[in-house]
Amino acid sequence: MKLLRILATLLFAAIAVSPAPTLAGEGGRTPKPVVTIENPGKCAAPAEEMRRNHMEMLKHQRDRTLRAGIRGEPASLNACIECHASKKTGSVLGDGQAFCQGCHEYASVKLDCFECHQPKAKFKAAGLKP
Amino acid sequence: MATLNPRHEEGLFYVLAALGGLVAAVGLGAALYMEHTGHVVTGMNNQIVWGLPHVFAIFLIVAASGVLNVASIGSVFGKKAYKSRAPLSALLCIAMLSGGLAVIMLDLGRADRLMVAATHFNPTSVFGWNVILYPGMYAIVAVYLWTLMERRMNPYSKAAGLATFIWRILLTTGTGSIFAFLVARQAYGNAVLPAMFIIMSFAWGLAVFMIVQKTMFGWNDMTLHPAIRGRMKNLLGTFVAAVFYFVATYHLTNIYFAKQTAFEEFILLSGGIFPTLFWLGYVLVGTVIPLLILYVPDLNRIRGSVFAASGLVIVGAFCLLYVFIIGGQAFPLEIFPGYDVKSSFMDGAIDSYSPTLPEALLAFGGLGIAFTITTIGVRALRFLPQDDLAELEAAGSIVD
Amino acid sequence: MSAPNPRRAFFAAAGAGVAGLGFTAIAPGLHLMAVGEANAAARPAGTAASPAIRWGLLIDATKCAPGCTKCIDACHEENGVSEQLPDPRQNSQWIRKIELVDRRNGRVTTLPMMCQHCAKPPCVDVCPTGASMKRADGIVLVDRHTCIGCRYCMMACPYKARSFVHTNLTEQSPETPRGKGCVESCTLCVHRVDKGQQPACVEKCPEGAMTFGDLNDPVSAISKRIAAANTTQVLSDLKLDLGVRYQGI
Repeated sequence: MKLLRILATLLFAAIAVSPAPTLAGEGGRTPKPVVTIENPGKCAAPAEEMRRNHMEMLKHQRDRTLRAGIRGEPASLNACIECHASKKTGSVLGDGQAFCQGCHEYASVKLDCFECHQPKAKFKAAGLKP
Repeated sequence: MATLNPRHEEGLFYVLAALGGLVAAVGLGAALYMEHTGHVVTGMNNQIVWGLPHVFAIFLIVAASGVLNVASIGSVFGKKAYKSRAPLSALLCIAMLSGGLAVIMLDLGRADRLMVAATHFNPTSVFGWNVILYPGMYAIVAVYLWTLMERRMNPYSKAAGLATFIWRILLTTGTGSIFAFLVARQAYGNAVLPAMFIIMSFAWGLAVFMIVQKTMFGWNDMTLHPAIRGRMKNLLGTFVAAVFYFVATYHLTNIYFAKQTAFEEFILLSGGIFPTLFWLGYVLVGTVIPLLILYVPDLNRIRGSVFAASGLVIVGAFCLLYVFIIGGQAFPLEIFPGYDVKSSFMDGAIDSYSPTLPEALLAFGGLGIAFTITTIGVRALRFLPQDDLAELEAAGSIVD
Repeated sequence: MSAPNPRRAFFAAAGAGVAGLGFTAIAPGLHLMAVGEANAAARPAGTAASPAIRWGLLIDATKCAPGCTKCIDACHEENGVSEQLPDPRQNSQWIRKIELVDRRNGRVTTLPMMCQHCAKPPCVDVCPTGASMKRADGIVLVDRHTCIGCRYCMMACPYKARSFVHTNLTEQSPETPRGKGCVESCTLCVHRVDKGQQPACVEKCPEGAMTFGDLNDPVSAISKRIAAANTTQVLSDLKLDLGVRYQGI
């Protein structure tokens, strides 16, 4: 399982960073996703590094924040969402153009964050009204 | 069944295996459905957090450990008549353990995180211990089976049998401790529970074994030697009586403690389905009638009576577990002793539980898995207990 | 993450001004910000929760108004608890009002009940994966990244403080991730506490019945009140050393 995940991650990274995608290049069956990137160039790290390592950055940050209570880390899922949510839908999910979903769908990597995390930017929860 | 010709017999095997597989597959489908929608489609809620799947899973896991008793009596305590039964006993253990564990795992809110359970370990958690005890049980029983089935390994079977015996006592202690270590609810948090679970495993495991053994003998047109039948029925009777002793101790202790009397009143008298299941299901059907059958000669001479008694013991087991697990949760937690309490969250209120189809199918799926593994196992390998009567007679093992 | 909070300066100032005075009505909806002011400073970015601190709550049941659900509403809004399932027993309740009737004289008391943030939490002991955890400053949390949804903690909690999420969720608050198949409970609004704010329920209680603060700090408002009044821990015979204390029961 873990090995599989590492393999999938490597595959994803390889696809994401290679200038001429090996699987989906000319003649490939799967078209490359057209991911709309809102607010380009203001990221916590260079795009190349983010593509390769964002999952590790988020994973370590999540443990430090939740378990140790450290706030204000450079990597933050909410910060990703605030910047990269689609201007149209307000979300990083939704379709093949959405920032998170587009790439993950293409790379066929399970995206588990949003079972619990809110994928919309500037979302204000309403709560149950009495 | 006695006059099946080989072709019919083979056909019947495939029908049985397919039926078992179907029940297992439907259970798996139900689990996927629950996983997809969430537990909203079950009858479990925030008061009764463990439901029918847990009743079935715990029965299977407890009986899985107990069914190995047959093997232990042969290899650890050196009773010859039980030795030829050791392989079947080990197979049944693996089959029921698989069914029980599958149900527990598939009922998890996040069944997809099995790897998390395997890689994150909390040493203070009884569930955590079980993550080691259960897979360990597979490994140790597999080795034991190997020493039994492979002639060259036979000399090690006694050592492997002893290791298995110790391991399964630990395993059932772990299962009982799941409840024994709970301070919150009145039904649990009682040191008698691990011991009670061990003796329950002896009774229920032996009952399952007797049923499977009888079916296999019938299938192969064989009859069990009356002396061996007599020994095994007496042993079953002893275990059933011992379980009753523990259950009585548990309830009498509670009744003696003033703070527990309201709970006992609920479970034994006023709690609707729970007293009914306890007195009719467990005490009458699961204990008194089987004991009468097993110990009154005129009754147990009737063909099939011991088989029936074994079945009733299993019916009683399910009733007892249902009362213990569901009834124990239906009774409200006493957070403010001396006050009548109410809230929007079932405080001070008795909860009711009605299992829905998905969770019932998942629960039965566990039985399906155990049944299928057993059916295929006994067909593919030589698990039929073969009694060498001459040898047993020489060893004095069939003299009553 | 913790962007400069415009309210913090006000908060600190108000805290310094009214320390020890209890609550002061500045204006409706504002006056409560001064209650339990001792935690006024946000923890600086990059620092971990301190074991020197023990966050706690003091709830004065004599002030809790029967029928009032402001604390529950505040909690639901703050933490995005909004699902309404056909079977209400399957809904999450991080905080609930309990009505107590004394069996001898019929005296009625109401109080809010939530995770008691035990120093020795049974939920943490029983959790197989260690998802149920206690932070250094005493806040008991569920790490939903490793919760497998076994519900053993719900069996173990003597206060019935935990809920299991029975359905898919989409309306979560960005600050409070929560989702199907995991167990959850009151976080003491950990995201607010880390910013130097009070838990939502404390802030929104119109009666000022709840005081939040550091139990380890002898000069905090909560410590002073506990020193002055007769307070109880619920089911104190369990000796779990609770972070939530009650007054008037």
